[in-house]
Amino acid sequence: MTSPATQLAVALRFTGVGKRFDTGTEALADVDLSVAPGEFVSVVGPSGCGKSTLLRLASGLSDPTAGRIELRSDRIAYVFQDPTLLPWRSALANVELVLELNSALHRMPKAQRRTMARRALETVGLAGFERQLPAHLSGGMRMRVSLARALVLDPDVFLFDEPFGALDEITRLRMQEELQRLVHGGSVSALFITHSVSEAVYLSNRVLVMSPRPGRMVADIEVPFVYPRPAELRFDPAFARIAAQVSAALTGAHE
Amino acid sequence: MTQTRSSEAVSGDGRYSDHRHSRPLTSVDPVGMASGRTLSGGAAGAARARRLAGSVLPVLTTLVAFLGIWLAVSYLVLSPERREILVPPPQQVLTDSILRWSHLRPMLRALLLDVQVSMIGLVIACVLGVLAAVVMSQSSWLERSLYPFAILLQVVPILAIVPLIGLWFNYGINGRVVVCVIIAIFPMIANTLFGIHSVERGAHDLFTLNRATRWQRLTKLQLPGALPSMFAGLRISSGLSVIGALVGDFFFVQGQPGLGTLLSTYIARVQSADLFAAILLSSLYGVVVFTLFTALSSLAVGSWYTAARGTRPGG
Repeated sequence: MTSPATQLAVALRFTGVGKRFDTGTEALADVDLSVAPGEFVSVVGPSGCGKSTLLRLASGLSDPTAGRIELRSDRIAYVFQDPTLLPWRSALANVELVLELNSALHRMPKAQRRTMARRALETVGLAGFERQLPAHLSGGMRMRVSLARALVLDPDVFLFDEPFGALDEITRLRMQEELQRLVHGGSVSALFITHSVSEAVYLSNRVLVMSPRPGRMVADIEVPFVYPRPAELRFDPAFARIAAQVSAALTGAHE
Repeated sequence: MTQTRSSEAVSGDGRYSDHRHSRPLTSVDPVGMASGRTLSGGAAGAARARRLAGSVLPVLTTLVAFLGIWLAVSYLVLSPERREILVPPPQQVLTDSILRWSHLRPMLRALLLDVQVSMIGLVIACVLGVLAAVVMSQSSWLERSLYPFAILLQVVPILAIVPLIGLWFNYGINGRVVVCVIIAIFPMIANTLFGIHSVERGAHDLFTLNRATRWQRLTKLQLPGALPSMFAGLRISSGLSVIGALVGDFFFVQGQPGLGTLLSTYIARVQSADLFAAILLSSLYGVVVFTLFTALSSLAVGSWYTAARGTRPGG
């Protein structure tokens, strides 16, 4: 059901999407959402509300049981909850992997793939760590490698599945700042799943709030701050007001 | 108004470079990590000697205890006339058998045959075992239909089919290799299959999202991911291949004698000292093979596997 349509005005669109698993569990019901080119949209919701299912549907890893999903481009990059690095490959080789797999790119000379991967690692601040195995990197650095692996494909749409959920608070805040620097600018769109209200508000143009299972959209909140956003924005009263609005929608969704 | 304020307070990118300082913490040498202090020169040498002693001493202790029990059984439990036959003491095994070239020579020649049989058998078992597991891993239908027969290979009473194998493949090296393969192949199949199945779902998703071909998935994900399990299987199979070679000898009374053949001859002729020497020799060979493949496996996958498991080498 996931169909790339070249003439689509939005980067990603869900129309009346539902997902019922073979077990009978209804994960999503009647979900409508759209992400414009260049837009960063976050989805917050209680655990188990089907947030991850939403991303699996968007990426085509799984098919919806109702509704339509449209993608403007098939150049998507998925950033998993875990860094999902292959432990026997170095940081550089892990980034190169997706270039090797990609059928459109695998004829590219090895040296060029290596250069692209090296540049992606530099972008995420890992220059000098190319040859390290994942086990020798910290949790934050592993997530950076995972980000580099997404960036190297130069995607049109990023799908993030709570990528910073397992990181400590300090690393997490730093990664958020870094992410908005990397993603914003140009026409790159992103759908970002998180359960952190502050993270969602800090990163996004728009925050969508989901209800508990079966998940559906209960609020759509604009975040007007311009990019790049400074770290101190999190202490701004205007920021707090929007965060409170999102929290209220979340609490409302719970009841 | 908010927008103006936030754009004025833009921060530079310089702050992200400070994570580099964490490098020494993550790549400190294992010795320093284990003992919590930096070692240099003589101190490092002493530490190495202590580590060596730590790994050799327990083995020596067990060996001495084993010889002690052997001597005790020979001299304290058995009467002199029964001692000769049932448990000749170690020094007698040494002087009457191992140090006599006319006794040792046929054993070494037999051992050479067993080395050939077991190594050829092990190589074949590895190749066939991995191939079988790869074939089974490609579809659950194939696995369901083939795996029961792999188990059959494991449980079939080898006694029952050895004479048949002798008939089919002759009693020379071929038949013995076949016996060896039958005995050694199952751990390779089971462990490779387990390793392939234990690849994380997230990694599979990554390959699916990047439209990996079946071949890419196999060679870049499943086989490298299964490598630690494959080597665990290889360690077990290497020991079994030695047993397989001896079992082959034991039943193939015809043809060139292997250690197994000699064992049954010594039993028949009540040459107890030679019997013990042959048993020691075959055990020693088994230990050498096992140690060799254990070392090989840590060489091949040790760097990422032990690191990923959070155990420090030498720690």
